[in-house]
Amino acid sequence: MIQAEELHKTYTLGGETIRALDGVSLRIGRGELVAVTGPSGSGKSTLMHILGCLDTPDSGRYLLEDKDVSRLSKNRLAEIRNRRIGFVFQIFNLLPRMSALENVELPLLYSGVREAKERAKIALATVGLGDRMRHEPNQLSGGQRQRVAIARAIVTDPAIILADEPTGNLDTKTGDEILTLFGHLCSEGRTILVVTHEPDVAQRCQRAIHMRDGRVVESGQGII
Amino acid sequence: MLFWTMVKAAFQSLVAHKLRSFLAMLGIIIGVGAVISMLALGAGARQQVMTRISAMGTNLLIVRPMQRGMHGVTSGIQQTLSLDDVRAVLDRVGGIGLAVPVVRGSCQVKYMNRNTRTSVIGSGVPYLAVRNFEIDRGRNFTELETERVARVAVIGSGTARDLFGEGEPLEQTIKINGINFRVIGILKSKGDQGYFNADDQVIIPYLTAMKQIFGLTYIHEIDIQAADAADLSRVQEDMAGVLRRRHRTQDGAPNDFDVRNQADIIEAASNVSQTFTLLLGGIASISLLVGGIGIMNIMLVTVTERTREIGIRKAIGAKDRDILSQFLVEAILMSGFGGMLGVAAGIGAAQAIPLIPAFSTFVTVIEIPNIILAISFAAGVGIFFGFYPAQRAAQLNPIDALRYE
Repeated sequence: MIQAEELHKTYTLGGETIRALDGVSLRIGRGELVAVTGPSGSGKSTLMHILGCLDTPDSGRYLLEDKDVSRLSKNRLAEIRNRRIGFVFQIFNLLPRMSALENVELPLLYSGVREAKERAKIALATVGLGDRMRHEPNQLSGGQRQRVAIARAIVTDPAIILADEPTGNLDTKTGDEILTLFGHLCSEGRTILVVTHEPDVAQRCQRAIHMRDGRVVESGQGII
Repeated sequence: MLFWTMVKAAFQSLVAHKLRSFLAMLGIIIGVGAVISMLALGAGARQQVMTRISAMGTNLLIVRPMQRGMHGVTSGIQQTLSLDDVRAVLDRVGGIGLAVPVVRGSCQVKYMNRNTRTSVIGSGVPYLAVRNFEIDRGRNFTELETERVARVAVIGSGTARDLFGEGEPLEQTIKINGINFRVIGILKSKGDQGYFNADDQVIIPYLTAMKQIFGLTYIHEIDIQAADAADLSRVQEDMAGVLRRRHRTQDGAPNDFDVRNQADIIEAASNVSQTFTLLLGGIASISLLVGGIGIMNIMLVTVTERTREIGIRKAIGAKDRDILSQFLVEAILMSGFGGMLGVAAGIGAAQAIPLIPAFSTFVTVIEIPNIILAISFAAGVGIFFGFYPAQRAAQLNPIDALRYE
């Protein structure tokens, strides 16, 4: 599904040059639930931005479903984000004045899909919120909001879902439910990458990629 | 993204912040309202002038001495027209129905202890017919009275009211510049027609006017009614020829008189009212620009407030142009809707202005093209002033935008 080869990314911040990614290579296959762990400043956010096509690497290759997306234009990246990638954020990032259904169908509207509402309903049913479609985010609990965000992420049937600290704003029990949901989705063939600094979350994943100082330090099963 | 989805989303955005949206629209509403009501005033003024000119009759030609001086600033009345000119024109130009000499001035007119300053016109018996004035009570003066320099007067309904109140003016004696005149007729009311009030005048025989009131040997004007409107230009040319010969004007030298027909007068009046309207509309448009700045201001605030939202939209696949369109549509909705409300306000103001006592003589006319113009202008303002904020929104970096607190 995903293949990254020698990704490099450098930022200049306040006169200092920061090597966010210093030669990162990895491979993620279909149906995998992978954690990306590391202390802050390790480059995991930058890696997520590049894998999520929000940014492009300075050098190296990124192959998404065997297509090189490393040097695409802004508009093409937006298309890929729309169709092949789903995001789940720590703070949910739902649009406040729209219902759950309207939030979930939004990516489909940007690509001009006709049966957007139908597909959104199916996505919401998949995450167990079929009965809460008309609710607005402020009428939903944290866990429910995250489920809506996950429904939005899967509604376009993407190649990969990138989750950034998805349980960070949830209590342990609810966080657990979300991770269980991730497990279900993966067993149905979805690929999910979870960026986290919590060991418990990393343990729930099949695989963990540990980063430090812009490099992959260890990669394997259940490594904290 | 589908157009209607965007419009619906923009509408929801505006409704979510009703007060803010309304305040942003207020500038546009006031601007468009001002433009509409000012244009209505201009259109009304033009209509008044046109009505008055049309009431003068289409066969009317007015001959006046050519004024020295520039564009209406005259240096003295030229003394080039005489009674003999009138006779010559009547004799030698074919196709003339009626021709009268005219002298005019402003005089004190008194009755008992009431007095008024009004326009006094000395002319011939046909003057009433030439100028489309009708007798309400009494009669016009006669040729005999004209020849005999009689002191008789026909007064307008306004002057009658000023001097006599509800009393009967007929057969009463009034003083014009201290000289006694007998009122023999009262004109039907024709109403105020802009800068000339037809009800506020006194008409006396021209010889009486020239010899006893104004002391003139020349006349101010010749009024001519052509027999046939189609013949007007030919009559005008022939008349010019006669007058040039009489005044011994050299070939190639300009006329020492000025002939106007109704079309000329309409054109001149039309130009004036057009300038007037443009001026009014132009000034009002400035307030529309200010309204646009209000829209831009609010849009900039909105964009900043929704930075995170823009980041989310971009993350799920919105392109720069999707974001640009979204905010541009919001701006246009605001200015368009504000424009429509402004039209309603402008129409209301146009109805209300003549109700104010000080402005009761103003006429306002709503013209559909003006409304379309104003709304288009408002929409244009929305596009123009909404573009910069929309552009800023579109150019946001999604990563930074998502981090925005």
